[in-house]
Amino acid sequence: MQAAAQATLDFLKLYWAPLLCGVVIVAVLPLVVGYIVLIERKLMADMQARLGPMRVGPHGLLQPIADAVKLLIKEDIIPDDADKLVFWLAPVFSVGAALLAIAGLAFGPAFQIAQDLDIGLLFVVGISALGIFGIVLGGWASNSHYSLMGALRSSAQLVSYETAAGMALVCGLLFAGTLNIKSIVAAQWNQGVWFGFLAPVAFFTYLVASIAETNRAPFDLPEAESELVAGYMTEFSGFRWSLYFLAEYVNMIVVASVATTLFLGGWLRPFAKVGWLNFLDLLPPLLMIGVAGYCVLRMPKQPTRVQQMFMLAVAGLCFVVALVLAAPVLLPFVKPSLKDAVAPFYAGIHGGFWFIFKVSLYIYFFMWLRFTIPRYRFDQLMRLGWHFLIPLSIINVLVVGVALIVGSYFNLQGWALLLATTPAAIVALVAALVILSLDQKNQAQQESATATDFYAG
Amino acid sequence: MLDKVIFYVFAGIAVGSAALMVTRRNAVHSAIFLIATLLATAGIFLQLRAEFIFIVQIILYVGGIMVLFIFVIMLVNLDVALHQIKFARQKWVALIVTLALTAQIGLLFWTTGKMPGQGFPILTAAPPDRLPPNAEAVAKSLFSSYLLPFEIASVLLLVAMIGAVVMAKKRT
Repeated sequence: MQAAAQATLDFLKLYWAPLLCGVVIVAVLPLVVGYIVLIERKLMADMQARLGPMRVGPHGLLQPIADAVKLLIKEDIIPDDADKLVFWLAPVFSVGAALLAIAGLAFGPAFQIAQDLDIGLLFVVGISALGIFGIVLGGWASNSHYSLMGALRSSAQLVSYETAAGMALVCGLLFAGTLNIKSIVAAQWNQGVWFGFLAPVAFFTYLVASIAETNRAPFDLPEAESELVAGYMTEFSGFRWSLYFLAEYVNMIVVASVATTLFLGGWLRPFAKVGWLNFLDLLPPLLMIGVAGYCVLRMPKQPTRVQQMFMLAVAGLCFVVALVLAAPVLLPFVKPSLKDAVAPFYAGIHGGFWFIFKVSLYIYFFMWLRFTIPRYRFDQLMRLGWHFLIPLSIINVLVVGVALIVGSYFNLQGWALLLATTPAAIVALVAALVILSLDQKNQAQQESATATDFYAG
Repeated sequence: MLDKVIFYVFAGIAVGSAALMVTRRNAVHSAIFLIATLLATAGIFLQLRAEFIFIVQIILYVGGIMVLFIFVIMLVNLDVALHQIKFARQKWVALIVTLALTAQIGLLFWTTGKMPGQGFPILTAAPPDRLPPNAEAVAKSLFSSYLLPFEIASVLLLVAMIGAVVMAKKRT
């Protein structure tokens, strides 16, 4: 008994910080996801010339909380013919994989749960790929045809796009030379240029493949609501359904963070190494003050007193965040001796801001795509994956490798490396397009051949 | 102490789900327990600080092979009766193979125990925090000392891949 107590104490002594971070992530992420959904609904409403949720809180700002309460108290239905154990396990598996993948990510130089994991990026990618089991098993366990169709589509889609995504990551890693997330960002700091510019084709491939992997429109075939009701989650309701929903959005955050870390410079400010652009450090606090000011301006327009108070509270919150962001930048001007003491806070706070900012932009781009591009047909999706993206990503790895060798031969560094990598990207694109056009010609010939056969018969 | 607790938790999960995997009638349940076994084994690898092997185990076996397993199980509706007859005939072969494997592992333990000053290889492993970065160490040994076996394995995989493509292609 005492030994067990001792073991628990040892465990807590060693791991209290990661445990605390883990608890914070599990507690905060659902809220973050709720607000991402709210922004998505607002954006959709804007693009369709409506207002979106307006009733709960000013401009619907409390809608996520109302939705969460609704989902928690909804009736939880398990179909009679479902496989109870697997039905229970599947959503948990999905959420577990998505949340565990967050542990490997670094939100700024200060905040990482699995500190200095050597396999960093591989860990995130590998663990988040496990989420597919939640979808496949959930679709199977529901014992419904729509669910099974959704599950089959989903596994086929994920298996085919994982190759392209993996090859794109390999291409980015060629520049970084390491899997450790902090070292990847450090490599981009040393080069002075983000890998997204050096490997644009890889970034594009990863962008497309990551949309397919998170099952988002235009690749949302596993849950195509106009064909399959809701695909793999047709039979799920209430809390279980919300777990799937949570997993999908957490997965979005994960792929956005991976792309940000590898291609968009992680937590580095734009032009982090250019000294005379240091005034850019003032942008984050100014942005927050701008949001606060807008809230104060809009305050008199609110219809009721409670909503006005709420608007003021939001403004106050933004203002506090602006102060926190501004403090490490402005303090050294007031008192130069504080510069060294403030440096780690500056790195942590501003790094976190830029990282979250870039991740938000990436997710915002996902939303735009969702509302502008119609859903692909399944054979179109497979053709895009196998006939274009996979050849493109493989050729790209080859030519980028050659470009890197050429670059090191001529001793190119930083932006000068673009001289070697831009032709490489063009070569890769042209080669992939040639393969695609050859393939299409082939296909057209076959189709015309079968067509003549059909009419002859 | 803590290491032991974590090890026994993972080992218990691995052995327990392996036993459940063999005894379940439902193929999908078996697959799920196999996933649990593989994940628990990966946990033990991580505890040994073999991070690279941990993630390779998860990506290849759990994320790759098991997904295909489940895909096939769901596509091919296994008839339960057929299934039982098919496996009942292999009982004696399985028993012999199991016994042979047990004898082999026992022999390994016995001989390592007899070597002077060595015992089990696990007991004399280097302290985990002094290991070099995993992925790099594996890459270096693959591309320097074991280059030829690595190339042979890649050629084999390439042949298998081309063979699969050729067989899947429609004969026109």
